[in-house]
Amino acid sequence: MMGFLASFEALRHDKRAAIAAIAATVAMGIVLAVFPFIVGSALGNSWLRIVDFAMLYIMLALGLNIVVGFAGLLDMGYIAFYAVGAYLYALLASPHFGLHLPVWLIIPAGAVLAGIFGALLGAPTLRLRGDYLAIVTLGFGEIVRIFLNNLNAPVNITNGPQGISGIDPIHLGGITLAKPISVLGFTIPSLHAYYYLFLVLALGIVFVTIRLENSRIGRAWVAIREDEIAAKSCGINTRNIKLLAFTMGASFGGVAGGLFAGFQGFVSPESFNLMESVMVLCMVVLGGMGNIPGVILGGILLTVLPEVFRHGAGPVQMALFGKILLDPEALRMLLFGLALVVVMLYRPAGLWPSTTRRREFKGESTDVLKEGE
Amino acid sequence: MDIFIQQIINGLVLGSIYALVALGYTMVYGIMGLINFAHGEVVMIGAMVALMVIKLLVNSGLPVFIIILIALAAAVAVCMAVGYSIERIAYRPLRRAPKLAPLITAIGVSIILQNLAMLVWGRNYHAFPPILPTSEHDIFGATITSLQVAIVLIAALMMTGLIILIHRTRLGRAMRATSENPPIAQLMGVNINQIISFTFVIGSALAAVAGLMVSANYSIAHYYMGFMLGLKAFTAAVLGGIGNIAGAVLGGILLGLIESLGAGYIGDLTGGFLGSHYQDIFAFFVLIGVLIFRPSGLIGEKVSERA
Amino acid sequence: MSSVLLDARAIAKHFGGVKALHDVSLSINQGEIYGLIGPNGAGKTTFFNVLTGLYHPDGGELIFAGEKLPASAPHKVAKRGIARTFQNIRLFANMSAMENVMVGCHVRTHAGVFGAVVHDRRTTAEEVAIRRRAEELLHYVNIADRADDLARHLSYGDQRRLEIARALATDPKLLALDEPAAGMNGTETEALRELIEGIRKDGITVLLIEHDVKLVMGLCDRVAVLDYGEKICEDVPAVVQKDPKVIEAYLGGSLA
Repeated sequence: MMGFLASFEALRHDKRAAIAAIAATVAMGIVLAVFPFIVGSALGNSWLRIVDFAMLYIMLALGLNIVVGFAGLLDMGYIAFYAVGAYLYALLASPHFGLHLPVWLIIPAGAVLAGIFGALLGAPTLRLRGDYLAIVTLGFGEIVRIFLNNLNAPVNITNGPQGISGIDPIHLGGITLAKPISVLGFTIPSLHAYYYLFLVLALGIVFVTIRLENSRIGRAWVAIREDEIAAKSCGINTRNIKLLAFTMGASFGGVAGGLFAGFQGFVSPESFNLMESVMVLCMVVLGGMGNIPGVILGGILLTVLPEVFRHGAGPVQMALFGKILLDPEALRMLLFGLALVVVMLYRPAGLWPSTTRRREFKGESTDVLKEGE
Repeated sequence: MDIFIQQIINGLVLGSIYALVALGYTMVYGIMGLINFAHGEVVMIGAMVALMVIKLLVNSGLPVFIIILIALAAAVAVCMAVGYSIERIAYRPLRRAPKLAPLITAIGVSIILQNLAMLVWGRNYHAFPPILPTSEHDIFGATITSLQVAIVLIAALMMTGLIILIHRTRLGRAMRATSENPPIAQLMGVNINQIISFTFVIGSALAAVAGLMVSANYSIAHYYMGFMLGLKAFTAAVLGGIGNIAGAVLGGILLGLIESLGAGYIGDLTGGFLGSHYQDIFAFFVLIGVLIFRPSGLIGEKVSERA
Repeated sequence: MSSVLLDARAIAKHFGGVKALHDVSLSINQGEIYGLIGPNGAGKTTFFNVLTGLYHPDGGELIFAGEKLPASAPHKVAKRGIARTFQNIRLFANMSAMENVMVGCHVRTHAGVFGAVVHDRRTTAEEVAIRRRAEELLHYVNIADRADDLARHLSYGDQRRLEIARALATDPKLLALDEPAAGMNGTETEALRELIEGIRKDGITVLLIEHDVKLVMGLCDRVAVLDYGEKICEDVPAVVQKDPKVIEAYLGGSLA
């Protein structure tokens, strides 16, 4: 994935590098294509599921990156948009209401609805300063979750804390991804099929994000992040441009949410608690805010690491002490928390900061402007 | 009518606790401009430690008052140490870092504390031993327990103490100077690091007391209790005007009242459509409303954008 | 033959009880360099902030190129053709010099999300034009060699120049410079002077707040003096210099 990105960047800048880039892209494509088979056979299906989830989290992280990384708006309730997408899918394609609309209709509808929610949240709150915006968005996220939890009475809309189950799996053109698919005598198991679908969509989102970043709109976002007053004075309608960031980010979340519902077959409010928002935010910040490859790295790491801890925490204790001394679930989150703190202490700009931030280390700096002013 | 008064009383009790916790947020924010995301967990640690000590001593034959005092002392000591360490480890090295970095470490610390608590005390709810006197008093047809009276009184006492500390002592003056302008305060001979540490320690002590109060009031403690409580208390701080001590007190009490009245009447107000399980929603609606219509809080200073 | 470009009528602004601007009226002609001077705290920057829509005036109105300027809408003011720099340089610190200027082009360009993602012909052409214009402007202010450096890594004088280039990128009719020579040495100030004169030659009217009296007097066609939020004098430099009220405002200071 990284290689693909690098090659993509190169493609834009230098024609001589183009051939090398194409070669790298092809190589990367092959690796990405066979990747699920490697993971599936080496580590088993549970890990392949994790890889599929990593794809969803990458989409989420890229969406939030537009808001936090580019525009500098600290959104701590981002998971609400994921929830909107997921619940929309669940309501429109499950026995709950007896509706079974097609995927190609629901996913875009989820993107649009989440985008509308983003605009609704953004419109009244965008003039708030950083920390306040964080708390308001956090409150918004919780409000959405509380409503999902309680809208089962007097009219049962969300089925409350039990959530909605039996959601239709994703099917494309009459082929369901829930069962193995035969193509030219070749069988693609369900998890693999989901992998390819998610991969394509994640790449699509990567593509859109890169295009946006290097555009008039993207520059306006970063300008607002860097100095809002100066941005206004340059003629940027900061309110509209911020609203656009919120809407775009939210719609990515809506897409990921719809995919999640179809993949999982079950949604409940618990999947959309504040910890999830925090997790996605950590992916963005830890990976390297504003830098697309960094954010992708963050998404992968923070999906995979807790799972590694989960799978490791029990067996390692057994090996060391002959019994389980500490609750593996608590231990894995503990390690996760530690990892967050340690990474931030040693790499405050994230693991893979953007090139502009990296240029700082090239020396010759006569910093007249202070950061964050 | 008596239901109304009952809700007011409940609101005041709840509000006093929110206020104590809100003070911790507001002091840290006032001095460092940082939301100490882990503060709610400090409250939880306070509640857990106090509860463990009480459980340990409950059959020791000591008078109840002494048991509570020992528990409180232990909780305060542990929380002070935790608060001090949080600042030293997770915030101090990042004072010059990009703004989001300390927020992430704060979240990290929060996760660490929560899961440490889960490891130490398990996933279960811990019941508060029934050692407290349960005498009830009658006010205008509503009941208030001795415990509730004690909570409100102690909270008031501590807040008064804090306000005196901040406005009448040398240390308080140094704190105020630091919050106005750290570099200048430093030039004037204020040891900023010391002041910041001190702020965390004081805030954590208040949190410990609040922790004991919550667990006594609801007769329960749990490793996850700090999160929602912290969020509400932060809301209270914002409601009053973050960075403002009196504002935190006012915001805490108001939020307590809003929540308890709201939960009591939401069913009637919405024709039964929304029930009392929406209680938690009020805090957030209040928060969003305040921030939109009066971002500086009820008695916060108006901060105008400087060009 | 001079027509009025900006007509400020009785602009008032107070903060609490302090009158930062008290019925300040002034008019700037097309094509001139107009100086705004006064002691510290006289209200010069406040006037700039009202003019560019950062502050809402408490009274009066601004007529720009024959039309009333919107209040409190900086982006609309920029669109109408007023660009500014800031006293304490406000660049996009973590963007390159090039990108800073490209942001300045925002207000005269149109590409939206669709264009950005799809790269239709119009957007591509526009992007090329933005890039070319930004390069031109960096050349114009003489910092083309620093195009790829982060704004925060430029020297102080270069940052001032970059800010001017960014302002010019908005294609202004009126360029408002807030103490552009502050902190510059003699050589840099001389270069700045040439730059401002060049800008005027290109047909852009310049409004200049400046402490460097020599620069102001040598450069400006007309000068207004503010003191305690009131305009106490407005005339050609030679006259202003001898005005007793002005001399008193500066406590017989450096004006001579």
